[in-house]
Amino acid sequence: MIRRVLPHPFLFVALLVMWLMLNQSLAPGTFVFGALVAFGGSWAMVALDPPRARLRLSRLPPALRLAGRVLVDVFRSNLAVARIILGGAERRTHSGFMTLRLDLTDRYGLAVLAIIMTCTPGTQWVHYDPARGTLLLHVLDLVDERQWANLIKQRYETLLREIFE
Amino acid sequence: MSAHILGWSLTLAQVLLAFAMGFAAVRFTRGPRAQDRVIGLDTFYVNAMLMLVTIGIRSGVTLYFEAALIIGMLGFVSTVALSKFLMRGEVIE
Amino acid sequence: MNAAPDLPLWAAILVSLLVVAGAAITLVGSVGLVRLPDFYSRLHAPSLGATLGTGCILIGSMLCFGVLRDRLLIHEALIALFLTITTPVTMMLLARASLYRDRVEGNRAAPEHDPEPTEL
Repeated sequence: MIRRVLPHPFLFVALLVMWLMLNQSLAPGTFVFGALVAFGGSWAMVALDPPRARLRLSRLPPALRLAGRVLVDVFRSNLAVARIILGGAERRTHSGFMTLRLDLTDRYGLAVLAIIMTCTPGTQWVHYDPARGTLLLHVLDLVDERQWANLIKQRYETLLREIFE
Repeated sequence: MSAHILGWSLTLAQVLLAFAMGFAAVRFTRGPRAQDRVIGLDTFYVNAMLMLVTIGIRSGVTLYFEAALIIGMLGFVSTVALSKFLMRGEVIE
Repeated sequence: MNAAPDLPLWAAILVSLLVVAGAAITLVGSVGLVRLPDFYSRLHAPSLGATLGTGCILIGSMLCFGVLRDRLLIHEALIALFLTITTPVTMMLLARASLYRDRVEGNRAAPEHDPEPTEL
């Protein structure tokens, strides 16, 4: 019943809370205008029609583990890329493309993997082929392809499959 | 005393960010190809956004953070539009 | 010009360190944009500023206004969230546009076909 008026109730509440926090007031005017914005936002989401994602509490521990790993890796890869940029000219010539076969097929999982690949400088997501399940990557320090493939598959993909599949 | 430390380090950060914007502008003017210019512009936007955040810390005015958000949004939209244009020769299909 | 919020000494030092470190790593990323030899390598450079650089400066800002307690920290969180979601989109679109252009023109910079998948 409520979904006929409010198709995405969680999104409505989240948008309204964000609006009130941005304005830092609980005046009736802000409240009404925030509710209008949130109403419009949740109906705009209907037009986009995203596939449903299921949120389960049991997926929280692997998600937190993944977040911890990514934070550490963002730090490490930033320093590694900074060293390449400031280092000698020879170090800057090892870049190249590589292809990787992925077992992960969930759309949200792939989106999170794309964010992780971009947030850790040194690996750049170029193209995912859903028919063959392969991912084209560009790597700045491509000395050993197998090492990068192992890193992505073991460090991120197994956890992402646990979370999203 | 502590206001002095923070003031000078904010100035230092702003100088560093200004140099970063300069390097991005070098890539933007030098090219050589269109995609190099686009990535220079995108970096320029991100650096400008960070510059606004440092100004916001100094003055404590919330408006600077809102401006930073808007600059980030403009940078995103313009980069996406330019990449689409590079790929297809038109922005909206 | 040099007016800055009056924080306790420990907070001022911590915020200063974070902000200068963030600005420095952003500068390194922009230097990479000039120093790296080809377009696909240059794609990696701006993400230094967009991840760790932005992260340090925003955490510094959150700490500063958290200690001052004069407003909520929603703006920094929004900027961080927004940048995390949009940077992958722009970088991926640019990489694909450039790959497409290089392939159409038969440029040596891009491989004609995707390399074979790496076997484990």
